Amino acid sequence: MTATGESAPTTGEAVRSQVRAFLDENFDRDISLRTWLERVADSGWASPQWPAQWFGKGLPADLAAVAFDEFRKAKAPGPPAGLGRMLAAPTIIAHGTDEQKQRFVRRILTGADAWCQLFSEPGAGSDLASLQTRAEPDGDECVVNGQKVWTSGAHGADLGMLLARTDVGVPKHRGLTCFAFEMDQPGVEVRPLKQMTGDAQFAEVFFTGARVPAANVIGDLNGGWRVAMTTLMNERAGLGAGSGLGFPISAPAGRRIQQQLEQPVGEFLASGMSTTIAAASAGAMVGGNMQLLLLLAKARGRDGDGNVRQQIARLYTLSQLNRWNGLRAREAAQAGQRAGAAASVGKLMASHIARQWRETAMTIAGGDGMLAGPDGPLGGGVARQSLFAPAPSIYGGSDQVQRNIIGERVLGLPKDPDIFRDVPFRDLTAGTQPKPAS
Amino acid sequence: MSMTFTEEQDEFRESVRRFLEQKSSSADVRRLMETDEGYDPAVWQQMAGQLGLQGLALAEEYGGSGYGFIEQIAVLEEMGRALLCAPYFSTVVLAGTALVQSGDDAAKRDLLPGIADGSTIATLAWVENPAEWGTGSLSTTAKRSGDGYTIDGSKTLVLDGHTASLILVVAQADGGPSLFASGASASGLTRRKLETLDMTRKVAALEFAGTPARLIADEGAAAGILERTLRLAVVALAAEQVGAAQKCLDMSVEYAKLRVQFGRPIGSFQAIKHKCADMLLEVESARSAAYYAAWAAAGGSDELPLVASLAKVCCSDALASAATENIQIHGGIGFTWEHDAHLYYRRAKSAEQFLGSPFEHRDLLAQRLLAGEGVSP
Repeated sequence: MTATGESAPTTGEAVRSQVRAFLDENFDRDISLRTWLERVADSGWASPQWPAQWFGKGLPADLAAVAFDEFRKAKAPGPPAGLGRMLAAPTIIAHGTDEQKQRFVRRILTGADAWCQLFSEPGAGSDLASLQTRAEPDGDECVVNGQKVWTSGAHGADLGMLLARTDVGVPKHRGLTCFAFEMDQPGVEVRPLKQMTGDAQFAEVFFTGARVPAANVIGDLNGGWRVAMTTLMNERAGLGAGSGLGFPISAPAGRRIQQQLEQPVGEFLASGMSTTIAAASAGAMVGGNMQLLLLLAKARGRDGDGNVRQQIARLYTLSQLNRWNGLRAREAAQAGQRAGAAASVGKLMASHIARQWRETAMTIAGGDGMLAGPDGPLGGGVARQSLFAPAPSIYGGSDQVQRNIIGERVLGLPKDPDIFRDVPFRDLTAGTQPKPAS
Repeated sequence: MSMTFTEEQDEFRESVRRFLEQKSSSADVRRLMETDEGYDPAVWQQMAGQLGLQGLALAEEYGGSGYGFIEQIAVLEEMGRALLCAPYFSTVVLAGTALVQSGDDAAKRDLLPGIADGSTIATLAWVENPAEWGTGSLSTTAKRSGDGYTIDGSKTLVLDGHTASLILVVAQADGGPSLFASGASASGLTRRKLETLDMTRKVAALEFAGTPARLIADEGAAAGILERTLRLAVVALAAEQVGAAQKCLDMSVEYAKLRVQFGRPIGSFQAIKHKCADMLLEVESARSAAYYAAWAAAGGSDELPLVASLAKVCCSDALASAATENIQIHGGIGFTWEHDAHLYYRRAKSAEQFLGSPFEHRDLLAQRLLAGEGVSP
């Protein structure tokens, strides 16, 4: 919990002066990264948008962004930027017990634990509630069997947000439970998953008689769907329009990098290991890529070509719209209006931007668009981004799922009738997998 | 930069919306669009007298109420939503802005109060070649004659040119492209109303043959006046497009909830639901662009030339696709004359071309980006 005597600031200037005072008093390049992250976590500035009693300051997003800006100016590293802070912590703060919040959230901010998300399965993508991984009670533990897929960061993760089936005798949404799951145990196997780009940024996770204590249930037993909704909402917002919740420099996290946390902050910053997130928002990141494409167009003498110019303008337009949509949504939220479609709109825009970047780059590249690696334009960057472009419209809730959310929750259109709504899970066919034996 | 309307601005918008619901219903629009004049003089007077809409952004010394571009944008959005049939864009957005931008104090004192009180319908006649919205190929000429000038030449795509009592015309004088004011009854002026795709926006062709006119500002000042005026007019048009696009989305969603096929409201089918979601994405993004551009215009930002083009691009695209999808979602009834969907489609396809197509504005945008504007390194 935070131990600041100060009241929450209500203006950008007040945030600035409080953060500056904190940095002046505490930031020291000679202390260890671990000590620094602990000071930041206990100050409430690690995630100022969280509630004041749970490691935050209760600030609206635009004021939180002012704090991140002060960290940027001071070149002070922020807490780890991974899924722990983006997904696990907000979910635990919303649904966990006070004991769980104490146990898990601070360790996320101090880099002690890295988290992954164990939701998607080969048979459960858009229809997440049809997942088949089982967690069966055995004393004061549950025994986990099954498989997860598209898990980013599974290899270095200490814990996973696990969504598993605890009751097959009830309809699919009502038999799920969310767990804080320890990854380092027998019965857990992590295999890298080679994706269409040729890289392996994700993993498959196999569970064979793995165990999780009942005390690690987040929310209610069989109440996991509600918990998962909080996680997914944070995921949509994080992947879409600039949430403005990023520190420019972030520390690493997890058991595999604990020795790095012992080095002095100054050494960490000089080592180049600090993850520099080029910009807080997806829009601004694309803005950076935009500059690259303008240079490429000029270098190749393509800047006078009408088609190239149309594509450049299309890309710029989308990235600016994404920024301004985010800005309007934050202003609306600050004025107490419902954010409504903001997260889904931002997520859809991110898909459009990825595809438009590819089209713009390929139009500039011409025949050289056939080449990859060091032989390709931008040192292979055009090929890499072009191959990655189909991903954003699938991960974190596909474009089609986002359109359902906008249609049903924002525009109030009727839901697709679900004829299986009252059918127990054990009687359903799920994905392309055979039905689980029940 | 903020993009939030104040509570007072929201209330004002609400009062304009209520007024337009009463005075510019679908039946009113259909009645007026069939007339040559294309507007209701009584409503025009109420707009000026009750709500002060014509003089909204004009200074009080000229009979206006001294509000700014932000209020103007809110009004235009509502007018776009209602497809108001009135010479507002020509009188206020084109002629009014050109007079203000001219910096000619005497002309402002003489001519703006008539605009503010609703007694003057005015327009700006500058287009000669429909492929070009600037002054590049100007062939209308102005010759000195006594105290004034006489104009010879022809103009087209003059909004409300057949009903305007005050015509601002751009002509080539000795000192370069210059702005002149002429009256409807001036000798040698021939006006012909043209048939339009968008029947709610009237357009005329004008011929000047030795037509007497008064110089506004200095000789050679028209290029600058026109550039500044059209930049603001583009943002104003974008706001109008947002209002019309939102109305298309509202019509589509309402119908998708009502219309039942295969035993279900068609809005429950993803084929329709996803179209509506995409419309929302485009309309909301267009609104962000129009508002951002409006605030840039109100604040006199350097970004305005770039963001004005951006707003024209995405507001044109958003309205064109919303109006098209609105017809598709309505199916057969959407293709009938009696349904309003075609009125918005007509507005969409016409406004898309007006003041430069998205294609032209994307090219302008790219030129500016390649010249280093708008992208932080």
